[in-house]
Amino acid sequence: MIRYGALEILAEKEGDKDTLIIANIGLPSKELYEIYDRKANFYMLGSMGLSSSIGLGLALARPDRKVLAIDGDGSVLMNMGSLATIANQHPDNYLLVIIDNGAYGSTGNQITATAGLTDLKEVALGAGVRNVAMVSDKSDLKEKLDTMDNGVLVVKTEPGNKKVPVIKLCPADIIKRFMEISSPPSHSR
Amino acid sequence: MDPSEEVFKSIKESGIDFVVSVPCANLQKLIPMVDSDPDIIHVPATREEEGIGICAGAYMGGKKPAIMMQNSGMGNSINALASLNRLYNIPLLIIISHRGIEGEPICAQVPMGEKTPQLLEVLDIPAYKPHLAQAKKTIEKATKKAFEEGKQAAILLSIGFWRES
Repeated sequence: MIRYGALEILAEKEGDKDTLIIANIGLPSKELYEIYDRKANFYMLGSMGLSSSIGLGLALARPDRKVLAIDGDGSVLMNMGSLATIANQHPDNYLLVIIDNGAYGSTGNQITATAGLTDLKEVALGAGVRNVAMVSDKSDLKEKLDTMDNGVLVVKTEPGNKKVPVIKLCPADIIKRFMEISSPPSHSR
Repeated sequence: MDPSEEVFKSIKESGIDFVVSVPCANLQKLIPMVDSDPDIIHVPATREEEGIGICAGAYMGGKKPAIMMQNSGMGNSINALASLNRLYNIPLLIIISHRGIEGEPICAQVPMGEKTPQLLEVLDIPAYKPHLAQAKKTIEKATKKAFEEGKQAAILLSIGFWRES
């Protein structure tokens, strides 16, 4: 399974629900946009490393909503402290899905530390996250998305990207339509 | 007048209901005040850039966020402030303990402290430098402007500010 396959399952499982999804910068956002664009997807266009943090802030602000952040191994390695903060805040409405392909997929598949000795499942456990799982095939991923409401789900995939177009939305459109769903009515812009 | 209490009251009056903090010696009284307020969600972060992301998410969930940090954390936050807050017009109140300026006893604070106002200027983030007597009014005004316009506002609180009373 490559990341695109994992995102297809994610879109199939969460797409028609009102789950708020934060999609990581680069190909994860572009691929999700092509697979299933919806207002409740927030596409990151910059700020590598912060998908897990944006998701955490959103989950804490909206404890009544399910929040799912899609992150990459390279991005999590860039902001590993985020796992400690997530562990200590432990919002029960927040699931961080790390698509771990052992590569910086958006910049030419240079290998990351997880292609070597680093194990993000163990890192998340060591950071104190209570609910941590790792899957590497499609049926296990489907099952976990049905049963895991919070914590960290590491999805091991092969490196490799689909050729997908750029996102046709401008930043102002992305956040405006997202906040129509994510924010209480008085805050919508 | 106690500086920490003034800043805390100003944050409350400005309607801030979500605060991320990274410690500084000058914030040691303010952080517990924020932490014990039942109307404010307080998230201690491991690094300032992480905090900028958390605040952005909180804003998208309808909160009015602020981050409290030392000016050294500005250097850790620049890309996020530009490619997240500025790109999407996400407002943020940034309360900065400004070290490395007049009265600073630690030489390592000086290079970053001296450059902090210029870094904010380059980012088009207005820096407000109130004395204690105007702190409340200034913080309220800066917050209102930032959240009305989808921008960021920095409150630079000097070493002298924390010694005023």
